[in-house]
Amino acid sequence: MSSATTTPLVVTGADLLGQGVQDILVVDGHIAALGADAREQAPAGAQQLHADGMVALPGLVDLHTHLREPGREDAETIATGSAAAAAGGYTAVFAMANTSPVTDTAEAAERVLDLGQRAGYVDVHPVGAVTKELAGLELAELGLMARSRARVRVFSDDGRCVHDARLMRRALEYVKAFDGVVSQHAQDPQLADGTACCHEGELSGRLGLPGWPGVAEESIVARDVMLARHTGSRVHIAHVSTAGSVEVVRWAKAQGIAVTAEVTPHHLMLTTDLLTGYDPVYKVNPPLRPAEDVEALRTALADGTIDIVATDHAPHVRQDKEHAFTDAAFGMLGLEQALAVVTTTMVTTGRMGWADVARVMSAAPAAIARLRTQGQGLVVGAPANIALVDPAREVTVDSATSQSLSRNNPWHGRTLTGAVHLTLLRGDVTAREGLVWGGAA
Amino acid sequence: MRHLLSMADLDRAEILRILDTAVTMHEVQHREVKKLPTLRGRTIINFFFEDSTRTRSSFELAGKWMSADTINLTGKGTSVSKGESLRDTVRTIDAMGVDMMVIRHMASGAPAQIAQWTGCSIVNAGDGTHEHPSQALLDAYTMRARLGDLEGRHVAIVGDLTHSRVLRSNLLCLRSLGARVTLVAPPTLMPSGIGPWSDTDGFATSYELDDVLPSVDAVMMLRVQRERMGGGFFPTAREYAVTYGLTTARLRRLPEHAVICHPGPMNRGLEISGDAADAAQSLVLDQVSAGVAVRMSILYHLLAGEGSDQ
Repeated sequence: MSSATTTPLVVTGADLLGQGVQDILVVDGHIAALGADAREQAPAGAQQLHADGMVALPGLVDLHTHLREPGREDAETIATGSAAAAAGGYTAVFAMANTSPVTDTAEAAERVLDLGQRAGYVDVHPVGAVTKELAGLELAELGLMARSRARVRVFSDDGRCVHDARLMRRALEYVKAFDGVVSQHAQDPQLADGTACCHEGELSGRLGLPGWPGVAEESIVARDVMLARHTGSRVHIAHVSTAGSVEVVRWAKAQGIAVTAEVTPHHLMLTTDLLTGYDPVYKVNPPLRPAEDVEALRTALADGTIDIVATDHAPHVRQDKEHAFTDAAFGMLGLEQALAVVTTTMVTTGRMGWADVARVMSAAPAAIARLRTQGQGLVVGAPANIALVDPAREVTVDSATSQSLSRNNPWHGRTLTGAVHLTLLRGDVTAREGLVWGGAA
Repeated sequence: MRHLLSMADLDRAEILRILDTAVTMHEVQHREVKKLPTLRGRTIINFFFEDSTRTRSSFELAGKWMSADTINLTGKGTSVSKGESLRDTVRTIDAMGVDMMVIRHMASGAPAQIAQWTGCSIVNAGDGTHEHPSQALLDAYTMRARLGDLEGRHVAIVGDLTHSRVLRSNLLCLRSLGARVTLVAPPTLMPSGIGPWSDTDGFATSYELDDVLPSVDAVMMLRVQRERMGGGFFPTAREYAVTYGLTTARLRRLPEHAVICHPGPMNRGLEISGDAADAAQSLVLDQVSAGVAVRMSILYHLLAGEGSDQ
């Protein structure tokens, strides 16, 4: 940010994690005191931020974002994507490696880090590619990315599956040296090739769209948890989309295997029947699944089988979506609506409390990524990364108001519950009511 | 009726109206001077993004015999590879002020998307593995000409069902007309989700052609592309012909009144034997002949009929 908050700030009236109203005193970008202490210790002249009726959450951390820079700055830049993140309550995002060029070297990773710092809305952490140019043939320089200023700990060929079992095994073993994790895009390319775009089932049969069967995901998840057990390494399953994958992860966790898993906001709410009109805005990989899978994913998120919510925010320019369904680009936006989707599907339904939301959208993703600077929660001494949420406000999403450069927003026109009122990054306001604030000059 | 995107767009009454008008059109087809003034001054673009001989010439003749100005465009290769979006491609043509686009596209759903993007009437002339409504209408026309009302009639559809747009349109059309349908194919060539689908829509499925044939009134043999063998859908052409082909031996066991349809092009010796293709019961050429009349009727109902977009 342009300047550290020199003036101390007291946030009053907010409900911390839904567990009771406590004031928050922010001094020098950190949480200096909570509750009665905050009021007592607030120096005269401290700024007051009235947050009555709001829920205070720790700044959100997204383990899975596509920022398109370098390469497709017409769809998103690190600046616009991180602005969208701030508007959505995020204070850190992990930028996937499938840019052009690919983030497969220390230099490329540091450049993403630096562009993120220059934008200043959220901390932008690069995800490193597992294989050179995502080609799936040989390991990228994982160690050099880990040792770089970007301190890369999360590696993924996301967009493609590391489908060669031997290569996946080597990657899992290798990243142990620096406590890294491989985030797997689980898609057996033999069972679901690049044309697969609709959940395989009755609807794909009726629509005549190439089917993407759940088993193409589940068989890779099963293989990879066994590889993780064999190597004693950590594996993370990106965008889990089926009940079968949930069962495998649940079993693996019961065995003590070091597996973590994420679900996207869209897989928590949207179902495959939306493809009936062939609108490419609903084309995403893995595809939207039937209601039974959505229900299994919600249950798994609530019971901890799925550790985190990650957006898979995937901006695309309009013309890349205005093709025939099978030719259009995969992916949908997610950063600005993720919290509202989680609120709508999990909180207002009583399946999760706000403390759970803080866990799955802040603490756990930071922990998986071994991020030291975020995800500590709303505790004294932690950086003042805070999202203030208006928990009951209903918002009808208008894609035109997005901070993203792209408009492939599947939530457009839908009414969701829960709105991010304000985001603080180390004590500085980065976004308020969907509008971004400042950023670094 | 503004577009014909799917057979689901038509109810029984509308289907019958199109088929009845086609009878009149069929008479025109047999005149020496095959010209009706009905669509004079109307412009129809046959926009074929995928190769087609019979469907394109059939639509072209239908338009010309109705006095419409017809232009054929081919859009080989995806618009993705040309760097232009499909939306831009079709809006460019639409902006010239055409009344109708007849669309053939390799992608399922493309005509439905194009209908959203343009202001003209859209006719689906075959989209990917989704639908081919005019084919289903001409199949119904041909079968009705020989069998009469299809209510309660048993139609078997046999072959590469999963990749067939003809199947999907025929399922909807035959259901509306009250026919009883049985799909016959090896499990690998059945469409995804066929179990719940057949339950919902009330048709039967079978892996055994010989169990089904004795009770059919019509058997529709669909083309099996030899390239499917590479994908492991079935082991060999020989095995397929023996288990699912309308062989000469099966032709003899077919009920005497039963008819044989094939949308073409036929693989003689694979899904249909030469004897079956040329049998007196075969309607293959009747289908082609009816194709023009049915398409004239479709053009009429969309551009000049009651409730059309004039």
